[in-house]
Amino acid sequence: MRHTISVLVENKFGVLARVAGLFSGRGYNIESLSVAPTLDPTTSRITIVTSGDDRVLEQISKQLNKLIDVIKVWDVTQQEFVDRELVLVRVDVNRDTRDEVFRLAQLFEAKVADVGERSLTLEASGSEARIEDLIRLLKPLGIREFVRSGRVAILKADQK
Amino acid sequence: MDKTGAEILVQTLQEEGVDVLFGFPGGVVLNIYDVLFDAPIRHILTRHEQGAAHAADGYARATGKVGVCMSTSGPGATNLVTGIATAYMDSIPIVALTGQVATALIGGDAFQEADIVGITRPITKHSYLVKDVDDLARVVHEAFHIARTGRPGPVVIDLPKDVTSARTSHHKQHPVELRGYRPTVKGNPRQIKKAAEAIRKATRPVIYAGGGVILSGAAEELTRLAELTQIPVTLTLLGLGGFPGTSPLFLGMLGMHGTYAANLAVSDSDLILAVGARFDDRVTGKIEEFAPGATVVHIDIDPSAISKNVRVDIPIVGDVKQVLRELLKELGETDGQWVKVREKWLKQVKAWQDEHPLSYTPSKKKIKPQFVVEKIFELTQGDAIITTEVGQNQMWAAHYYKFNRPRSFLSSGGLGTMGYGLPAAIGAQTGCPDRRVIDIAGDGSIQMNIQELCTAVQYRLPVKVAILNNQFLGMVRQWQEIFYGQRYSQVCLASAPDFQKLAEAYGAKGYKVTHPDQVEPVLKEALNSDETCVMDFHVDREENVYPMVPPGHSIRDMILGRGKKEVEKKVSIADRDKITG
Repeated sequence: MRHTISVLVENKFGVLARVAGLFSGRGYNIESLSVAPTLDPTTSRITIVTSGDDRVLEQISKQLNKLIDVIKVWDVTQQEFVDRELVLVRVDVNRDTRDEVFRLAQLFEAKVADVGERSLTLEASGSEARIEDLIRLLKPLGIREFVRSGRVAILKADQK
Repeated sequence: MDKTGAEILVQTLQEEGVDVLFGFPGGVVLNIYDVLFDAPIRHILTRHEQGAAHAADGYARATGKVGVCMSTSGPGATNLVTGIATAYMDSIPIVALTGQVATALIGGDAFQEADIVGITRPITKHSYLVKDVDDLARVVHEAFHIARTGRPGPVVIDLPKDVTSARTSHHKQHPVELRGYRPTVKGNPRQIKKAAEAIRKATRPVIYAGGGVILSGAAEELTRLAELTQIPVTLTLLGLGGFPGTSPLFLGMLGMHGTYAANLAVSDSDLILAVGARFDDRVTGKIEEFAPGATVVHIDIDPSAISKNVRVDIPIVGDVKQVLRELLKELGETDGQWVKVREKWLKQVKAWQDEHPLSYTPSKKKIKPQFVVEKIFELTQGDAIITTEVGQNQMWAAHYYKFNRPRSFLSSGGLGTMGYGLPAAIGAQTGCPDRRVIDIAGDGSIQMNIQELCTAVQYRLPVKVAILNNQFLGMVRQWQEIFYGQRYSQVCLASAPDFQKLAEAYGAKGYKVTHPDQVEPVLKEALNSDETCVMDFHVDREENVYPMVPPGHSIRDMILGRGKKEVEKKVSIADRDKITG
């Protein structure tokens, strides 16, 4: 099963290497990863999407907690949470497809981030499934390339 | 008053109670060596950096203090790697100081540059690259705190040359405070209550204890618990000395080279009380068949050790010593009530012990390696510190020397590092000058760090090396004999130095022993000598270590000797006659 793990770490050099090294060294998989400082500039938040059975997930949490620079670990999947991914997707457009691309953008509440002569770049955020739907529908219209972010997640309000 | 980084380093080491460090100088640590030149810290110059790391490790295991080693950058630092990994696998507190090229040169492939923090990341508890001299004192204190607390382990501090020459004002540091590191030492009282309940209910309990007992200094509490509740004890390799080896409740080691009694008792138990041990594959054998009928209580300071390999029913995270004390309190120290309860189980265990004790076929012509170890035990009355190399020598030392004191058996268990024994003995002898320190070695392993004989001689360390010389890489040969149809591929070491002459060339005393009658007199002479001594025992070449559990098998399936088939699968005694206590 897939899990989203949120890791609060010291904002120091080398911390990401320790976290990534732990996953590779113990044979755990990282499906997506996102890192940025938090409100407190001395800490960073790493959000990792990984998969494994309960035993593997328990070990991942425990091993992460063992790292000196890791302050706290949450398996947010076990609680109520909101998660988002971001995608930037450049689509070929011509007279025949332009309207359809705009229609999809509207439907997915995607913004136009860049416009060119024969292509335009959409910016969309949402759950993983939603991003995948958008890509699936844009594909037949001609995707030139897309870049997706890792997932970020936050616990719902009024939870510990 | 301003001080240089090197001066601050040496001062903080002293504040941490460091009185000896093991090292080897080089270009980027010149600033530090210059301060050490007239500092009150003793420096032991090993002949290879690997020797320095193992010596720090041996010092730590023997004394319980943090061992410190130091090297220069690049090759000096990478030579420490095996020693750091050895300490990591066995949870030994060492601090490794490595020189690094100046901060401005880092990343530019400078002369003798290596990213040692990166290289050692998976084999350290933590590591630091100090980029600012103002961080230095704090980092050193944190490193020692991390190395010695919680589940201990090695910490690397990488010191660029410009940081040790830079000046700053040095003031006393605040106590270490790390928000991401707060080991749980006190066990959960509810869990301890549950464990006590499980002990009261059990009819066939076994204590399985490991290195955690030694590390937390809990040998006394463990002994008290076993004697109070009359539970037999089996120890892992690293646990040896954590419970008296001569006690009637002692089953010996368990696992791949465990005793018949220990492996059967564990397999048939209805309660495993795992204390500071980690269910290593060499201990459990085929994991699905490990103690299938047992409730498992696991006491360990490292939460990640719990339920990693074996499902645990009653986990207790905490310091072994503290938890055992609480558990004893919970059980109420009333002697006697358990004797009757355990009668039947202990009788069964005793029967197993009598059925197949550790044994070998004595010889009047050939020196049996087990005989040498037995003699060492007899002559030292079990009071020596024994270090080992890795392989058959290690297993025979573990089997035939009976350890009654903790911190007396120093061996690379997790990593299985050949070449560990001699430098570890040097570290142990440095830390414990009043004890006899003996490295039980093989002719293969000893050659991996034999240069350290020079170190032992230089510092007049009366370390004894007993080489069980079978002119083979014996354990590999044993596997080839049993599992590879006696195809002895690359294990013959008949081409070897004359160890007696080699010892003499280093300035040590050398002995060559080829007949069983010479064993005792030579051992007596060497053990009474104040010099570094090397005894080359030419032992029976094809002696094997038994019992042996074939890899992938349940620890119930033991080969008990050459030509003997695996013991038939013993019917669980629980099925045979329901023991109800």
